[in-house]
Amino acid sequence: MKRLFYIIPLVLLFISLIFWGAGRGELGETLAKASVICLSCIGIE
Amino acid sequence: MRRIIQLFYLVLSNSFFAALWRRTIYQGSMKTICVPVLNCYACPLARTSCPIGILQHFITTRTFPHYVIGVFGTLGMFLGRWTCGWLCPFGFLHDLLYKIKSRKIKLKRGFTLSKYAVLVILVIIIPFITFETWFCKLCPQGTLEGGIPIALGFLGEELKSQILSSPLFYLKASILIAVILLSIFIKRFFCRTICPLGAILGLFNRISLLRLRVDESKCDKCGRCISICPVDINIYEDPNSPECIRCMECRKVCNRDAIKLELR
Repeated sequence: MKRLFYIIPLVLLFISLIFWGAGRGELGETLAKASVICLSCIGIE
Repeated sequence: MRRIIQLFYLVLSNSFFAALWRRTIYQGSMKTICVPVLNCYACPLARTSCPIGILQHFITTRTFPHYVIGVFGTLGMFLGRWTCGWLCPFGFLHDLLYKIKSRKIKLKRGFTLSKYAVLVILVIIIPFITFETWFCKLCPQGTLEGGIPIALGFLGEELKSQILSSPLFYLKASILIAVILLSIFIKRFFCRTICPLGAILGLFNRISLLRLRVDESKCDKCGRCISICPVDINIYEDPNSPECIRCMECRKVCNRDAIKLELR
């Protein structure tokens, strides 16, 4: 039960970070980054 | 059961089979999803994003990565490193490689700290300074899922010739071969010593809602759980170690039913 006192605020904090990031356009930026072939990942540059 | 889920997730996250004839990677909205497993978004079949790649991208643009940190934290708080044991395609490969009959080597505990150095140096500090995603440049999973299929001509001849003339590709291929060879002899070699994602999620193991509990009144410390554990942790002394990938192999072999997986 005691654990919930720190787990609930932390979970809420992390969930709010997801929404905060989404509000700042990070989902679109993630999509843009992941939709082009990552040249570092495949070993070109 | 775990093998089936690992295989199912491997296919699910790499199910853009239209890449076979369209000759392009998936660009749909599912790529906004960062599942905390190592699955390279340069893989022609990949439908989701690699969280380490996205984390580095935001670091190179010097923007705080709210979304990715939120995903790590939310899933970490609920599940700890569960995704490493049950979903990660690279972890699945490691589990299969270790099944190859050979002389096995036990990794000393100190080596497991190196993944934190990889996280701090290659994923955070160097990308911040150089504006380049340096972990991606060396990542063996990127070579396996992205580099090799494209070098085989999966996305056309132009990219194939570019890759085959790039020294970086050969460096990445050498790293991949080394990781594969070491994984035959050492349990989950990459996950325990290099994986920055495992380092991040491991930080949540001690506080996550999903946790292991050992009933001391039942446990006779026979050591069967330690010998089966894919990350060599001492389960009855430290059941929620940052190394634990929640695979539950220990529970399967415990004939006293002393190990419990709890959500609380």
